[in-house]
Amino acid sequence: MRRVVVTGMGMLTPLGLNVKDTWAGVLAGKSGARPIESFDVSQYSTQFSASVRGFDPEVYLNSKEARKVDVFVQFAVAASMQAMEDSGLEVTDANRDRIGVAIGSGIGGLPSIEKNYTTILNSGPKRISPFFIPGTIINMAAGYISILKGLRGPTISVVTACTTSAHNIGQAMRMIAYGDADVMLAGGSEMSLCPSGLGGFAAMRALSTRNDAPEKASRPWDRDRDGFVLGDGAGVLVLEEYEYAKKRGAKIYAELAGFGMSSDAYHISAPDPTGSGFMRCMQNALNDAKLPLDAVDYINAHGTSTPKGDELEAMSIKNLFGAHAYKLAVSSTKSMTGHLLGAAGAVEAIFSILALQDQVLPPTINLDNPDEGCDLNFVAHKPQQRAVKTVLSNSFGFGGTNGSLIFTALKS
Amino acid sequence: MSTIENRVVNVIAQQLGVKPEDVKPDSSFIDDLGADSLDTVELVMALEEEFDAEIPDSDAEHMTTVQKAIDYIKKISTDA
Repeated sequence: MRRVVVTGMGMLTPLGLNVKDTWAGVLAGKSGARPIESFDVSQYSTQFSASVRGFDPEVYLNSKEARKVDVFVQFAVAASMQAMEDSGLEVTDANRDRIGVAIGSGIGGLPSIEKNYTTILNSGPKRISPFFIPGTIINMAAGYISILKGLRGPTISVVTACTTSAHNIGQAMRMIAYGDADVMLAGGSEMSLCPSGLGGFAAMRALSTRNDAPEKASRPWDRDRDGFVLGDGAGVLVLEEYEYAKKRGAKIYAELAGFGMSSDAYHISAPDPTGSGFMRCMQNALNDAKLPLDAVDYINAHGTSTPKGDELEAMSIKNLFGAHAYKLAVSSTKSMTGHLLGAAGAVEAIFSILALQDQVLPPTINLDNPDEGCDLNFVAHKPQQRAVKTVLSNSFGFGGTNGSLIFTALKS
Repeated sequence: MSTIENRVVNVIAQQLGVKPEDVKPDSSFIDDLGADSLDTVELVMALEEEFDAEIPDSDAEHMTTVQKAIDYIKKISTDA
């Protein structure tokens, strides 16, 4: 089987406009949550978000290219370009047919959908932009970078809510292993902060309403957690077939050693209370990587700061890993970034890889009083220096769809 | 240049992401100014907005160069 390695990484997050700044923010335990200023939120139960700040699309696109697509597509392009630059990969006529893209989004172009619908109501259907449809469809997150960079391998966008990124990365890994491509850009992008996006999640009672202290709102496993913090951003990895990467002398961050999927088959938004879906997902990733349970040193949890989800993830880890659950470490970087939905899995895959690279575990901030049953090493408040060889990153999404990725330090 | 000419050139420059000085009377939107079919649809919408006019598709499809757009806008402005 062809092995798959990571050779490039790019991201935009509430903590920074690239990997370096974001990782520095994570290790400093900073929160990216702030009051929302982009529209009037006085009527909303939640009035803050964890949003990308200071993004200028024209760093990556000319004004005409930028204007045609929704912000989530601009984010995908930005993270992709960063990742490509980081990988040092040169696209040529000799390799462009073997380079593909798998980047999705959980929600897609909701802000543009909202804007164009408002146009219909106010000015009639003739005022709809011709770029409305191509600029909001989710696969433009993959398609636009393919067009801009001339990448002519497969382009796909897996859409699985908050598991979007994990599934795109996993499917891209399979495509390389199977031989459909030698290199894949893989990840996710999200920017759903607009009245209907915020209102929709608020209506589900999914969001924290800690309006007086946004930076304290995302607090996975803490007894006072009250929902997730809506986030936006993008994360993209350059995945590459091992021999191909070695041959061109690429810097290799890690090996993508395993990918697992499962479904809860239980409820449209609530996780299965037995935790069976979470456990089967993690086990499937371990089987794929051919690794025993006790190989896992660190889990970057889904850990969204919702009352049920956090408790069930902790329970599932304990039930699956047994005694080893108390030896490994688990943290939720969503305590700092908020929940980036379809971008979360890629951003967290990058944090997992950086944990391997720097031998340091990113913290779970705001974990002041661990809830009952939440008694694992959650790397509370501060990062922990630790020998790390194998990391597992979890993503779970609405619709009961789960994905786990395993990264290992490259075995020479 | 008359006001209409200036306004048309500015709309074109803004919509197509080019400099106003590159917008010459004989410039073709598609061949010279890098527009695609969707850009030209949006350009016509922007002209409609700027001049508070309604441009039928049958007229818009003949509007392929800067001068043709200026002439058309002048004509409908006079008619009004």
